[in-house]
This record gives sequence, C-alpha cells and structure tokens, in this order.
Amino acid sequence: MEKIKIGLPRALLYHKYHIFWEDFLNRLGFEVIVSPETNKEILKKGVSLAIDESCLSLKIYLGHIDWLLSRVDYVFIPRIVSLEKKEALCTKFMALGDIARNTFKKEIKTIEYTIDIIEKQWEIFGILKAFSKFEKNPFKIILAYRAAKKLERETEEVKIQKQFTQIKEADNEKPTVLILSHPYTTYDALLGKPIVEFLKKQELSLIYADIVPKKEAMELSKNISRDLYWTYNKELLGAIEYYKDKIDGIVFLMVFPCGPDALVVNLCQHKIKNVPITVITLDELEGDAGLKTRLESFADILKIKKIQDGKRK
Amino acid sequence: MEKENNKTKKVCFPHMGNYFIAFKEIVEPLAEIISPPPITKKTVELGTRYGPESACIPFKYNLGNYIEALDKGANFVIQAGGGCRFGYYGEVQEEILKKLGYEFEFFKFPNDYNFLTLARALQKINPKVSIVKILYSLGLAYFKIRAIDKLDDYVRLNIGFEIEKGEFEKTFKLFLKDLEKDKKILSIRRTQARYLKLLKNIKLNKPKNPIRVVILGEVYVVMEPFSNFNIEKQLGAKGVEVHRHSSLSTTIHDLFFNKRVMKEFLEKARPYLRNDTGAHGTETVGLAHHSAKAGFDGAIHIKPFGCMPEVNAMSALHRISNDYKFPIIYFSFDSQTSETGVKTRLEAFYDLLIMKKQKNEQR
Ligand code: SF4
Ligand code: SF4
Repeated sequence: MEKIKIGLPRALLYHKYHIFWEDFLNRLGFEVIVSPETNKEILKKGVSLAIDESCLSLKIYLGHIDWLLSRVDYVFIPRIVSLEKKEALCTKFMALGDIARNTFKKEIKTIEYTIDIIEKQWEIFGILKAFSKFEKNPFKIILAYRAAKKLERETEEVKIQKQFTQIKEADNEKPTVLILSHPYTTYDALLGKPIVEFLKKQELSLIYADIVPKKEAMELSKNISRDLYWTYNKELLGAIEYYKDKIDGIVFLMVFPCGPDALVVNLCQHKIKNVPITVITLDELEGDAGLKTRLESFADILKIKKIQDGKRK
Repeated sequence: MEKENNKTKKVCFPHMGNYFIAFKEIVEPLAEIISPPPITKKTVELGTRYGPESACIPFKYNLGNYIEALDKGANFVIQAGGGCRFGYYGEVQEEILKKLGYEFEFFKFPNDYNFLTLARALQKINPKVSIVKILYSLGLAYFKIRAIDKLDDYVRLNIGFEIEKGEFEKTFKLFLKDLEKDKKILSIRRTQARYLKLLKNIKLNKPKNPIRVVILGEVYVVMEPFSNFNIEKQLGAKGVEVHRHSSLSTTIHDLFFNKRVMKEFLEKARPYLRNDTGAHGTETVGLAHHSAKAGFDGAIHIKPFGCMPEVNAMSALHRISNDYKFPIIYFSFDSQTSETGVKTRLEAFYDLLIMKKQKNEQR
C-alpha cells in the first residue's frame, strides 16, 4: 500500500516544532514531505495569495502550502491558541487553518488540531482525535507522540549545550551578538539566513535567542516586562536577560507588519540600556544595499567597543 | 497621608465615541477628572510621533489622549484593556510617557470580566469610597452606555432620510447633554425614553426599500468616528440605512454577561470559519455571513492598519463576498490615511450598490 503523504510547509512553526512533527508522523507510517527552503517563487506566490496586510511570515507560509498542494494528500496545520495559562500567542496561529482553507478552497485537505491550554485542550487529545481516522490503535499514537517528544527534548538540549560551549570558548576579541527573532524569521532562507551569514562574515560570534532553557527564560522575561502575555515573545525577551552578561549587542529581526513584535521592540528600546540594539524590519521589498551598510556599521561599533572595554579592564 | 494623596489624584482616560460621559460616571466619585481635549488631528499626531510605528491606531489615539490630558495637569492614567494587543498596550504606553518626562500613576483595568473584580480594582484609586458605591456607578455607566447605543442605533438607520437636515444631530446632542446630568438609573431611563420619542417624531422621507449597508470590523475604529472619517455620517448623507451590531453595549454584554455569544457567532460564520479567529474577527465573519444571507445590499469592513484578527477574518470575507455576490469594501486606517481617498472609494462603492439595486429591481 502506498503511504499517505503529509505535507509540512517549511515556514512559521515548522522551524520551532519540526523535529517533533516529522518524527511523530514518520513513526505513524506517513510519508512526510517538507516544502523546500523559501525561494523567490514561493515568496511571490505567497504574496499574491495572502491578504495584503498579513505579516510577511504568513505570506511565505501560504507560498509553501501552495508548493505542497499538488504533491501531498494532506497539509498539516496544527492550531495553537495557548501554551500556558494566562498567556496567548499571536492570533495568526489560531487562524492558520481557516486562512488556508479560505485561500485554497476545495484544493486543500488538512489535518488540524487545537492546542489551547487555557481551555484544557491538551495537545495529546487533539492529536488522538485528528489521527484516529488513520490509526485505529490509540496506544500506537500515544507511543509515537511520546517518542517524538523525547527526541524533541533531546535535540533541544543538544542545541542549548552547543550554544553554551560556543559562549564559553568565545575568543575575547570577537563581539558576541544575540540574534533576537522568531525561529521562522531567523532560519528562513530569504529572511534571516542572509543576514546571519552576512553578520558571521563581519567576524561576530552569533548566538540565538530561541536557543535557551525555556522555563528560566520565561521567568527572567518578567525583569523586562511585567505584562507581556505572548508566550513566544516572552521566551525571546527572557533570552536577553539570560544571556545579558555574555553579549555585546543585539540584532532584532522582525517582519512587517508584526503586531506583537512592534510593541516588544519598542519596550526593549526603552528598557535595555547597556547593550546596543539594532532593529531590522524585513518586508517583501527590502533592498540589500542600505541594510548591509547598516549591519556593517553596527558590527564596527561593537568591535570598537569591545576593544575599548578590553583595554579598560 | 493617604487622604492628601487622594485629593491630589487627577485622573484621565481616553475618549471613545460618545462614551466619555459614561466613563466619567465611574471615575467621578473616586477622584478629580481631567478630560483630554476632544480628539483632533493633533491628538493623532502626538500618538503617532511618540508611539511605535507599527502599533495599531487605537494605541496611537489613546497615547495622544494621554499626552494631551497630562499636559492639562492629569497625574493618573487609566487604561482599559481589551482587543488582542490592548492588554499589552498599557505597559508600553507607560514607558513611553515616562520617557517623555511625565510623572503619573498608571492604572490598568483587570482582564477578568467581572463587575466585582473591576469594582475592587477601582477602589484602589480611592479606598475611602465603598464597593457598593462603585458598583452603583458602574451600573449608572452601563445604563448610560446602553441609552447612547439604543438611540444611536435609531439615528443610524434613519438619519439619511430626515426631511429637515440636521434635526437628528441636534436632538442627539441635546440628549447627550441631558444624559450627562442624570445621576439615577431611573432618570437615565426617562431621558432615554423621552429622546427616543423625540427622535421618532422627526419627519422622514424614507423609500420602502432603501439601500441597506452593514458596518463590520474592529471595535475601536467602529466606535470612534474620528478614526473612521465619520463613515457612518457620510453614508447617511447619501441616504443609506446603516446597520451595525458592534457597540460598547454589545461588547460589554458579550464579555460580562453572556460569554457564549462567541460560539453563536462561530456558528453563524460556518462554513467559512471552523475556529475562533481572534478578538472581534469571528464576530465580523459571523455577521458578514448573516447579512449576506439576510439580503443586505453590501458591507463595509473597517479596521486599523495591520489589525491581526480582522486581517485573519478577511480571507473568509472574500469568500463570502464571492459566494453570495455580496459587495464588501475594505478600509484600513492609519495616521496616514487620506480623507479624500476614503471619500472617493466610498462614493464608488455607493454607486456600485445603486447600480446593482436598480438592475435587480428591473428584473
Ligand atoms: S508574531 Fe508577527 S510575524 Fe509571527 S505570525 Fe504573528 S504577526 Fe506574523
Ligand atoms: S484587535 Fe486589532 S486594533 Fe485591537 S489590539 Fe488587536 S490588532 Fe490592535
């Protein structure tokens, strides 16, 4: 029998949860197809499909779904409303399924389930329900879920340890820069990657805000913000606090227009005093020239500062 | 010490539509009120200059209100919460105002929608006022809001057809003046009844089958006419019957009294939505679907630029519009929106509705 093909758009939460998603689906015997790295065509398609005022990340997401449609049986679109009590996520993540169905109409078949901790809709319940039509034995689903979660935890831990080692071994002349952005911005081939590559060439040592012990970061975020209730943004803010003694600068990458980030950036600019921050807003029209100059001069400033601070010591 | 403190509290809160007189009711027993000047271009400019660039319009308007009130001597700022980003607005606004050098206390409404919690929180402004008294003033405010919305609904449906131009507006202004003075629930009801009658006595020249349009969208821009370039008034002037569901009364009702309403809107939104799409977005889709089926001539969807829940709703709206051949026009407002642009597009939309109507009637 041919395997059922499930498509994962390489965008948005894929960059956060792909280890779990891929492993889980593989264990249940599906063929997992992931769309390629974002390219100009995918972006163009996404821009033409999405409502104008959507954030760039959503536009890219729709472009990836479009790529998948002719190649898969189902597109996998979990719906995440809340992950913690009294917290929320950006409303985009609760609307993805409806947006996709309204955009692609009859052409799309989806697998969806909701995670909403506030309403006591735990992930495992959603998964059991969504996959019951493919796998009659619920224990198999639970086992796959557990194993995939374990793999996710372990991978996460390895990533964190690697970042720690990098910090420890950092040489004293290279400034360390914290890349502060959602994983779907940082690791996207058109959004964050070019910037990250460029910064590396400037002889900076880069660490990433999404790689951080989550629980501690969440606690620490309260030092910067009392009221912030978007879980993902809280994690990022917490990372600033967590790494603050180890970094010489922060590069904040955000896409346009992003509701949550707009306010968070503003708060950071007010509250974080002793670490230089630069904010890069990415939109579909972004030209390269001005951006590179800005990044270069930011890197220069950090390097000069580093030398001066070193002399003082 | 405590006493001294309370005397010197000078409280301000933002404007929204005609509701200021109702909000006033809540704060008056607690402390002195410094009302921000009415919203003008300057308010918007201030909010835009000092607010984050991509913050939504309500943020900028409120910030502008605060700055203007602080300049008038306020030292205590109230922020009400709500909306998808609103809960987090407060903190950012507080920081911005502090950076500008103002000295003030900042008070955020609790996010639990419960009158007692609300009253308890408000009591902190002035611990000498009893909970009962605060609850009563909340009640007064609520009845005033209801009165305003009730009359406003009638005006909206009929103002386009008054024979003597300006009569509705004149009467409504008098109503607000009288309502402001009412200090008892009973007298609020009386004022409401008296003016409703007066409004109903205004002579109309209304065709049997007028153009009927629904206003949909994000609640702040729906409720604050300055932010939507008086879109309802513009429609009225063309002889359109304007319907709208969302008002402060319905919002309060949905939040405090009947939380199941959301489910009902979701039902109405099916099959275009399977799940809640955030803040007012679900309501928008539910109402659009309902109005398309009910035979309205068209809908106007308004939102702050980049308003996430309403942008989420739009892919559903596009489909409803297609499936039912139901015209919907979309407006996004930010501080750069040009009034003439809005006017021109609104006119074109109106022409389209007229043409469509005539075509249908000929059949
Ligand atoms: S947080 Fe911002 S970038 Fe992410 S989905 Fe929401 S609006 Fe888009
Ligand atoms: S619902 Fe829209 S206007 Fe309200 S806070 Fe959210 S984005 Fe801003």
